[in-house]
Amino acid sequence: MSWEIVIGLEVHAQLATRSKIFSGSSTTYGAEPNTQASLVDLGFPGVLPVLNEEAVRMAVLFGLAVNATIDQRSIFARKNYFYPDLPKGYQISQFESPIVAGGEITIDVGEDQKQTKTIHLTRAHLEEDAGKSMHEEFDKHTGIDLNRAGIPLLEIVSEPDMRSAREAVAYLKKIHALVQYLGICDGNMQEGSFRCDANVSIRPSGQKELGTRTELKNLNSFRFIERAINVEVERHIDVIESGNAIIQQTRLYDPDKNQTRAMRSKEEANDYRYFPDPDLLPVVIEDALIEQLRQQLPELPDARRTRYENELGLSSYDAEVLTNSKSHSDYFEALCATIGDQTKLCANWVIGELSAALNKDGLDPQQSNVSPDALAGLLARIVDNTVSGSMAKDVFVAMWQGEGSADDVIDAKGLRQISDPEAIATLIKQVMGNHPDQLGQYRDGKDKLFGFFVGKVMQAAGGKANPAQVNQLLKTLLNENS
Amino acid sequence: MSLTREQVEKIATLARVELAADVTTEVTENMSRIIDFFDTLNDVDTDGVAPMAHPLDMTQRLRADEVSEHNERDKFQQSSAQTEGGLYLVPKVIE
Repeated sequence: MSWEIVIGLEVHAQLATRSKIFSGSSTTYGAEPNTQASLVDLGFPGVLPVLNEEAVRMAVLFGLAVNATIDQRSIFARKNYFYPDLPKGYQISQFESPIVAGGEITIDVGEDQKQTKTIHLTRAHLEEDAGKSMHEEFDKHTGIDLNRAGIPLLEIVSEPDMRSAREAVAYLKKIHALVQYLGICDGNMQEGSFRCDANVSIRPSGQKELGTRTELKNLNSFRFIERAINVEVERHIDVIESGNAIIQQTRLYDPDKNQTRAMRSKEEANDYRYFPDPDLLPVVIEDALIEQLRQQLPELPDARRTRYENELGLSSYDAEVLTNSKSHSDYFEALCATIGDQTKLCANWVIGELSAALNKDGLDPQQSNVSPDALAGLLARIVDNTVSGSMAKDVFVAMWQGEGSADDVIDAKGLRQISDPEAIATLIKQVMGNHPDQLGQYRDGKDKLFGFFVGKVMQAAGGKANPAQVNQLLKTLLNENS
Repeated sequence: MSLTREQVEKIATLARVELAADVTTEVTENMSRIIDFFDTLNDVDTDGVAPMAHPLDMTQRLRADEVSEHNERDKFQQSSAQTEGGLYLVPKVIE
């Protein structure tokens, strides 16, 4: 039997506000436990939540960016459940009338990534994050840190439109890039600012109704998401093909064992008894605000990618890789602006050496050891033939290690490329004089020896001769008088 | 009666409320009467009437995104049963 995989994703994006969604507590990551938890966040009696204007604006920006409908009269609801990291006994969320309804995202699919597919969004709503539970630190207790309680979240829910783990990751990467372009979320998956749950089910190919789904929780890297979905799909197939039924439940992915395990039975936990929160009035979003935010929309990833292809002449691959991450793309633009008219060279360096160095040190382009200005200084030396492309890579490594500007490193290491034709001709003549046998054979028609002479000249030049010039001059001189 | 005893017991469990066996019958009757009272609304034609989310005919005022709270952890933790290293301690929760 052939099975069709059905995946829907729920993304929780922490909105990049300064203060929490319903209180004036700071949202800075990594503070001492409970030092950013006010009476509202702690759920003390008698307090009232007051909605953060910026969280509303960010949610509307997202809705506009995905061509969704903005609900101009949005309602907050209480989602009731008991857990120690939720001191009120309910999470303020949205149920009916979420702020963003519908919308869509386009992803690249197919072997060559040349086809596109539209993934529909169900909704995106505002809610508050819960606190953090520490289960490991104490023998008989769980420690609770409520700094995270009340950080604004935008929960972005997709339709079950994805048909493979690969499509799910492509969709997630699109959302991940989008929220960063919009400046509404920093996208940091390690710190939990961007989290994902996946609803996975299978059905016989061609069947209309959906199979029973399981929900995979808190998948915190793109790689794990793909692996977790694949391993869960295999489990579904095994269970069903051995004559059993999938139970609707929440499961956790264990990356070490590469397997999923049941977390809790959803039946009881699912009874959230939503009702409109009497502490919060309906939120009205005026047309004027929507129009103002529409004007503020920055250039979005898809538009930027098209511009890179059409106006900068980059390949589809380069354009995609660069625009997948706003910070890489911004670095690339700063680099191009400094050096001018070298877009392909700039793209190669950002995608190649720079990204490799950043990945190795786990840095973001904004934290790069080599600034766009400094890198432009190096690329300028490639363009004016001071250094070759391969020497430039060594210079870059030195610059990365803090050894100064491109010119400093080139001078200190004596890497300046020999591009004076007379100096190169002198070297060539020396090499020819030292290898009369090979010269004779070459002139008798053994063309393959050309490479031998190139190697000898480069060796004589300590690797510093301009390769293009060596080739050209060598051709001329070897064939002279022959 | 519009509510069953089982429904009331389930609601009590979800709300973490302990109902003594001898009051469950009375609570079920009382809650049923409240629910039945709301049935009166079924006599009214509500076509075209939007569900009311809040009794006040007002809209939510929004707050500027500014940090206005400072760290008062020591004060707040005085009303907690147990704390350690700045964390609130609760009986072990096992997932």
